Amino acid sequence: MSLIRVPPVLRDEAGGAREVEAAGKTVRELLEDLSKRLPALGSRVYGDGEIRKFVNVYVDGEDVRTRDGLDTPVRDSSTVILLPAMAGGC
Amino acid sequence: MSTYRELLTRTKAEISEVDAAGAQALAGALWVDVREIDEWEQGHLPGAVLVPRGNLESRIERIAPDKSQPVVLYCAVGARSAFSAKSLAELGYTDVHSLAGGIEDWKRDGLEIVMPRTLTPERRARYSRHLLIPEIGEAGQLKLLDSRVLLIGAGGLGSPASLYLAAAGVGTLGIVDADIVDETNLQRQIVHSLDTLGAPKVDSAKRTIAALNPDVNVVTYRERLTSENIDRILDEGWDLIVDGADNFPTRYLVNDASVWHDIPVVHGSIYRFEGQVTVFKPREGPCYRCLFPEPPPPELAPSCAEGGVLGVLPGIIGSLQTNEAIKLAAGVGEPLVGRLLLFDALSTEFSDVKIERRTDCPVCGDHPTITEYIDYVEFCAR
Repeated sequence: MSLIRVPPVLRDEAGGAREVEAAGKTVRELLEDLSKRLPALGSRVYGDGEIRKFVNVYVDGEDVRTRDGLDTPVRDSSTVILLPAMAGGC
Repeated sequence: MSTYRELLTRTKAEISEVDAAGAQALAGALWVDVREIDEWEQGHLPGAVLVPRGNLESRIERIAPDKSQPVVLYCAVGARSAFSAKSLAELGYTDVHSLAGGIEDWKRDGLEIVMPRTLTPERRARYSRHLLIPEIGEAGQLKLLDSRVLLIGAGGLGSPASLYLAAAGVGTLGIVDADIVDETNLQRQIVHSLDTLGAPKVDSAKRTIAALNPDVNVVTYRERLTSENIDRILDEGWDLIVDGADNFPTRYLVNDASVWHDIPVVHGSIYRFEGQVTVFKPREGPCYRCLFPEPPPPELAPSCAEGGVLGVLPGIIGSLQTNEAIKLAAGVGEPLVGRLLLFDALSTEFSDVKIERRTDCPVCGDHPTITEYIDYVEFCAR
């Protein structure tokens, strides 16, 4: 199981959790598993077999788009961060 | 016992004295002014460094570690420099010369003199804690005083940024904000106060800054940044932008304009307990569109007014932005380029992720597809 950090704007979809767990050896498997466990959260970040364009997924500090995308390997000890843009400066 | 005259004559006989032409013929020479700082401030030789005679022995090895490098010493008329030359020879310097007649003969011959830029005694006192830091010092402080920083927003992030940039002596601060101060701002927007409730934020901030540091020239723009006015504002010449906007259309607008105007942006954003900071430096790193090619749908883009924000969070994130801005303005340290710093106030944790320039970025990529301003409100409402 890997820990996935949930951004504040998506916590309602995760029942308020700041971190959730999901299993998978690749980002694809992880997001598929996340979508089964927490469909509301999963569908916000992943749909039609793709990561939503406005969300960045980082595995151990690196954007998976700059690595192997959905095939990027994930280890149990990996930290996964879901990150949409935030605009607030107020 | 000998008199001063006898000592000087004897010393001059032991060292090498050169005239202006002889000194200028010494290739790769280090020119050292051994006078006092008040004499230096009246003008010095081009390319010289100031090392008052009283500090010469203790400082010279740091400035000239190679003791075979030619060294030209000068003072007012060639006396102090003669004694200094003897000291350097005793320290093992092998190619030391004293400029005969000093700067007075140099001036009489009509040769070039440089008037140094220095800080006034008042500024020397105000910025003394900066001057003590070797990486900043007088040269860095002068750079800060010369620098021009544009703040987008005088709200949560703009408050600490404007205060610390002003305190640091950034010479010109531009502030863009169309809002007025209301009571819900005072929980975090520390540049405003009860006294300025109802006043335009730019005027309120200007008033606070004037009371803090009169060195700072505050240029106010009481307008909302748009495709129509951004070129006019950026054309006034800014070294960097501190982005503390509160909405996505402005973020993307600032990004595109900063790439086209080649101005670095110190980016910060906040929501509830979390913040993000990075520096977008055109051509050297990614831009905002490389990081976030698209804004989230409106329902996932709540503002602080809708979702709230911990009052101190903009203090932390805005101060981190200011740290980057001061480093860029003074030319010290490593800017936060290519890394997005994330802060979580609840767990008190910092983390950072790598961000890269996308070669397919529509604005800063190899083949840009967006080359003029778009309808940013429409772009962010999709």
